[in-house]
Amino acid sequence: MARLTFSRTRVRPGRGLVLAAAAVYFLVPLAASVVFSVDSGDHVTFGAYSQILGTEGFTDSLLLSLELAVTTIVLVLLLMVPAMVALRLGASKLRSVVAVVCSLPLVVPPIAFVAGISTVLKWGPEYLSRTPLFQTIVAIQNENYPFVLVLAYVVMALPFVYQALDAGLRAVDVRTLVEAARSCGASWPQALVRAVLPNLRGALLNASFLTLALVLGEFTVSHLLGYQPFAVWIVDISGAQAQMSVAVSVLSLLVTWVLLLALAAVGGRRTPSRTAP
Amino acid sequence: MTTALPRVDVAPVASAKRRRRAPGWLAVVPLLAFTAITFGLPALAMLNGAFTVKDQATGATSYSGENLSSSLQGAYLTALLGSVKLSAVSAAIATLFGLLLAQAVVTSRFRFLREAVLTASGVLANFGGVPLAFAFVATLGNSGVLTGRLGLKDAGFDLYSFWGLTLVYLYFLVPLMVLTITPALEGLRAQWREAAQNNGATHGQYWRHVALPVLTPSLLGGFVLLFGSAFAAYATAAAMVGSTVPLVTLQIADALSGNVLVGQENVALALSLDMVVVAGLVMAVYLPLQRRSSRWLA
Repeated sequence: MARLTFSRTRVRPGRGLVLAAAAVYFLVPLAASVVFSVDSGDHVTFGAYSQILGTEGFTDSLLLSLELAVTTIVLVLLLMVPAMVALRLGASKLRSVVAVVCSLPLVVPPIAFVAGISTVLKWGPEYLSRTPLFQTIVAIQNENYPFVLVLAYVVMALPFVYQALDAGLRAVDVRTLVEAARSCGASWPQALVRAVLPNLRGALLNASFLTLALVLGEFTVSHLLGYQPFAVWIVDISGAQAQMSVAVSVLSLLVTWVLLLALAAVGGRRTPSRTAP
Repeated sequence: MTTALPRVDVAPVASAKRRRRAPGWLAVVPLLAFTAITFGLPALAMLNGAFTVKDQATGATSYSGENLSSSLQGAYLTALLGSVKLSAVSAAIATLFGLLLAQAVVTSRFRFLREAVLTASGVLANFGGVPLAFAFVATLGNSGVLTGRLGLKDAGFDLYSFWGLTLVYLYFLVPLMVLTITPALEGLRAQWREAAQNNGATHGQYWRHVALPVLTPSLLGGFVLLFGSAFAAYATAAAMVGSTVPLVTLQIADALSGNVLVGQENVALALSLDMVVVAGLVMAVYLPLQRRSSRWLA
């Protein structure tokens, strides 16, 4: 007993020190960013924040990012949900195949992935110019709506969506749900939409939020393919308007935080870790 | 009537069986087809390009290991080693501080503190890229808030250097470590500590002979995961340092966009292949370690 109290008193100052150091390290850059964005020599100004909306490219790039995010979320869920539910119901041979396929993107860093993508895109003018495939390759690179980014983001989101859905499906007895719905006369789509999906609400939200955060913050692929969604725009203006780029960073941080905290609250569990960009 | 009954009984079962099997692979096919095209094609193009050499004069292409060998020489090798060094150093520091922070939080009596740190870690581990770079530029950059006030420049501190970048990377690596190691720390049973203490072990002996051996697979696995994260990071470094610190991701970007020399695209692909090999090794080490450490969490 004496030893127990001894070890407790010995640990506590260390613990306070660790927590204080962590608080300083993690909070100071955030506070300093806010100070930097409102500091104009001798007085405080919120000009960097109030001018954001009027700055050229802000609305365009943000809208582009949001459009890409929505399309990516829809596409990745359309691909993954039926597949994952089907794997729970049977087809156990394919289960490990899908698990491997969905974790492969973790082995290929985004920069290597985009190197491959740009090579494939170059095949268009080089080899395929007389085939209908060429039109497809041109179409997905449309400046106003680069669908090629959606394709890339879906691949990059696969590991996180797989984890989220897998965790969600583990908690639900899909087979019983579907069989109950089927024996009540529901068709397959009805069973999926009205019996299975409502039980997966948390997992679906989880997957959507993670994908949203991924797309909104994505820089590598879009920058190297020459498009200007939100993150690329922040870097592009940073040379001329340093204060505003920090202000936008602070805002985008807050938005991402609110999203992820909402996710933590809704999901009632910690967000799965993901490899940082 | 009597002949209709068995048919009614049998038909749904048979059709349910048939239908259950059909969507099994039919629903998976679109996913596999999609990844085969959007992921498989670029991966194959990268592999193909990494081994293809184009003769500048004749335009003829041939297969050789020339790109790979030049990707392992000179400035490219420096960049690759620079990336490995930066990732290893920052992952090692993050492993240590992540462990300390997670231990401080797990043993805390305040439930609120625990939940707050874990939620914040989930957020911060996802907070990489451009905003992170600008937050640190605003704080410690050339005209940063703290740089002038604390006279850091005169003290010889430079954010746009190896150690500056390490400091920035820790911002998402430490929270990632906290998330990774917390389940393992929670798996350390109070009984083990009590048993060690009943046998007369000191605090240090308990950690050296009981806790650390149990934690080792998790710690190594976490380190490898952090290494992979730092190794693949591009956005933070690109937005912050430009090319003052040689990193393989920055080299690939330069070679891809033809910033340095024309016709280096295939060397960029070879460098990408190098990265995939390193990332593959990371996964090959991480997965068995994770499986091993999960044994203690049951």
